[in-house]
Amino acid sequence: MIDVRDLRKHYQVHRRDPGMRAALRSLFHRPTETVRAVDGISFHIDEAERVGFLGPNGAGKTTTLKCLAGLLYPTSGEVSVLGHLPRLRATAFLQSITLVMGQKQQLLWDLPPAETFLLNRAIYDIPQKEYAETLSELTRLLELGPLLGKPTRQLSLGERMKCELAVALLHRPRVLFLDEPTIGLDVSMQATVRTFVREYNERFSATVLLTSHYMDDVTALCPRVIVIDKGRLIYDGALDELVRRVRPDKRVNLRLSRPVERADLARLGRVIEQKDASAILQIGKDQLQAAVAGALASLPLVDLTIEDPPLEEVMRDLFAQETERREALP
Amino acid sequence: MSVRAAVRAYPALLRTGFAGAVAYRAEFLIWMFSTNMPLVMLAIWSAVAREGPVPGYSQKGFTAYYLCTLLVRMMTGSWVVWELTMEIRQGTLALRLLRPLHPLIAYSAENLAAVPLRGVLAIPLAVVLLATAGRGSLATDPRLWIMFIPAMMGAWLLTFLVMALIGTLSLYLESAVSLFEAWLGLSAVLSGYLVPLDLFPESIARVARVLPFRFLLSYPVEVLLGRLSATQALLLLAAQWGYVAVAFIAVVVVWRAGMKRFGAYGG
Repeated sequence: MIDVRDLRKHYQVHRRDPGMRAALRSLFHRPTETVRAVDGISFHIDEAERVGFLGPNGAGKTTTLKCLAGLLYPTSGEVSVLGHLPRLRATAFLQSITLVMGQKQQLLWDLPPAETFLLNRAIYDIPQKEYAETLSELTRLLELGPLLGKPTRQLSLGERMKCELAVALLHRPRVLFLDEPTIGLDVSMQATVRTFVREYNERFSATVLLTSHYMDDVTALCPRVIVIDKGRLIYDGALDELVRRVRPDKRVNLRLSRPVERADLARLGRVIEQKDASAILQIGKDQLQAAVAGALASLPLVDLTIEDPPLEEVMRDLFAQETERREALP
Repeated sequence: MSVRAAVRAYPALLRTGFAGAVAYRAEFLIWMFSTNMPLVMLAIWSAVAREGPVPGYSQKGFTAYYLCTLLVRMMTGSWVVWELTMEIRQGTLALRLLRPLHPLIAYSAENLAAVPLRGVLAIPLAVVLLATAGRGSLATDPRLWIMFIPAMMGAWLLTFLVMALIGTLSLYLESAVSLFEAWLGLSAVLSGYLVPLDLFPESIARVARVLPFRFLLSYPVEVLLGRLSATQALLLLAAQWGYVAVAFIAVVVVWRAGMKRFGAYGG
């Protein structure tokens, strides 16, 4: 389905210092440096998988997605999507994929979304019956009814994003590249988008590759994650396994009937937060059983829950470990 | 995308393009009114013709020439160079590249869709003015009137393709707008926009007659004014469409090579 082998994308970037003198100097001398946006990554994704593509800003996520969508020519390496070479942008390939970029829009700014829908129907050559069915389904799932006739520029960000998703899926693509699809959306709209993407994936067995800085998107949608940093792949596997490997500790949330001394909590594990009659402890996997037994015996417990550390912390620790590893290299 | 598929999508592209032009109607009309240089030149040359004879042109001849120039210019104008340059710089061309339709086909439809709106303004203006001030100066040979149609199509296509070619060069340069400004400067002089080519010194006129600039503007004007015989007009029509073919091939080659350099910046 998606095969990436030793993909590299390097750019030549002109560097100059700020200021007038540097501007004048750059008229005659333009030093450049090579930026290795993607530096030899390989992975394979099967049909109907939902994969999170994670990494800090500048890691190379969007560059990789753009190579997969045929927008960028790789410097080297092989990329295959649905058996096509994306850089050739064959019609059959473009009719089978979509790329939703949260920060860019394909809706026609001054016209209602319905106009862009009709235009895409013609461009993708969608049969009238299939178009009517898909549009009515998208309208129902995303509650687009009142939005279709309003000029795009008058829609709110959330409304526009829903229409962007709809227009991107009108031709029923088999592969969805989603680049920050929930950026700037409120919590409820983010949840709507997540639910919708999941339903689309299940209904059409579509493959989803998602980048997002909102870890809730990843947790809710992606059983598998691929993590890259500085253009290199540092993890590819199950999300649960990543969490276990990077942060084997657990979070224990305590609700108490009355406040207790901090020292009573610190005996059980590291106190992350203590507020009135509630607390959060960080406890190593091996000490968990003893700590829970200790809490039951020594604290006025009302409720106790155990969960994994937040994914944001897992990712932060993973990148810190990676930086340390790189710095330790000769 | 196959040619058949592009043809099938073209009516929808034209309809959307027209809706877009209508959404910007006020700005569009103001932009069209800014094409007023032929009227300025008409005033100047009319004054010159009043003072003494100008070879080949009476005062009425100048009126007809510049009104035809205005008409041809209005109906063959395009803005693809600015749009393409901007979309390459900002990376928004990426959204066009994701669709199974060549971006230049979409641009052509958007630019062509504005022609009816231009016509609403340009044609009545031209008809009224030519019927009054320029009466008797137009071609009388019906073959020239027939040839005027492909000559206008050729002028529109050549204008569009040259703009698309220069816009595509933004993939190689930081911005191709200054290059286009240089082209525009040369074109103003050598296309007959400012001065009829007949009034140039013979050595310059001889060169100007074979350069592509003539076929952007002066050639359809010459056809409309009957300044060419039917045979001359036909030969020049072939030359114009030859330039169209060359420009088309150049755009295709430069576009294909340039796509390898597209950065799809932003987002």
